[in-house]
Amino acid sequence: MTWDFIQYGLGRWLHILSGVMWIGMLYYFNFVQVDALKKAAADTPPTGAGITKHVAPRALLFFRWAAVATVLFGALILGDKLDDALLFKENAYKPIGIGAWLGLIMLFNVWVLIWPNQKKILGIVPATDEEKNKARRVAFLASRTNVMLSIPMLFFMVASKGVFRGAGLL
Amino acid sequence: MKNPLDSLWGTVICGFLLTVVLYYLARMMMGG
Repeated sequence: MTWDFIQYGLGRWLHILSGVMWIGMLYYFNFVQVDALKKAAADTPPTGAGITKHVAPRALLFFRWAAVATVLFGALILGDKLDDALLFKENAYKPIGIGAWLGLIMLFNVWVLIWPNQKKILGIVPATDEEKNKARRVAFLASRTNVMLSIPMLFFMVASKGVFRGAGLL
Repeated sequence: MKNPLDSLWGTVICGFLLTVVLYYLARMMMGG
């Protein structure tokens, strides 16, 4: 097994595999769970307890670790070109550099804004009702920000190369 | 003004608009 095979073969495969898990969970939260919980809370009696107790913590577990795995495998693929991408040194690495920065901002949102606030919302750490309300808003906006960023992130990860090559820039 | 991120479709539209903005930014950075 050569290093090239590990870096570009296994690395790319695992990067996409974990990325599907990460963004899949992100879209599940935003396209499905947020609205479902709102409707469940309006039921009499409220019916969302099973989701917040059994589904959300498990989804968050795979969500946050898939985010770490995606970024690490992405860094593995870039290898010694990581600085060319992140510092926009070479034209060939500028599109993927933009995608990588979007991914890093999203990883920050997951671990610094979403997960610590979700722990308060789900009762994993103690919080007053006021703190929970604030946590709910911060986690919600960070999650929605990640949905927004995921759209250009995926463009620069998978779709942009042909577009820039077509424009004669690569 | 309402925060577009409060709406799911507002969020998606913002994502597409940001893609266009970043595409032209990338082109500029690449000398195109």
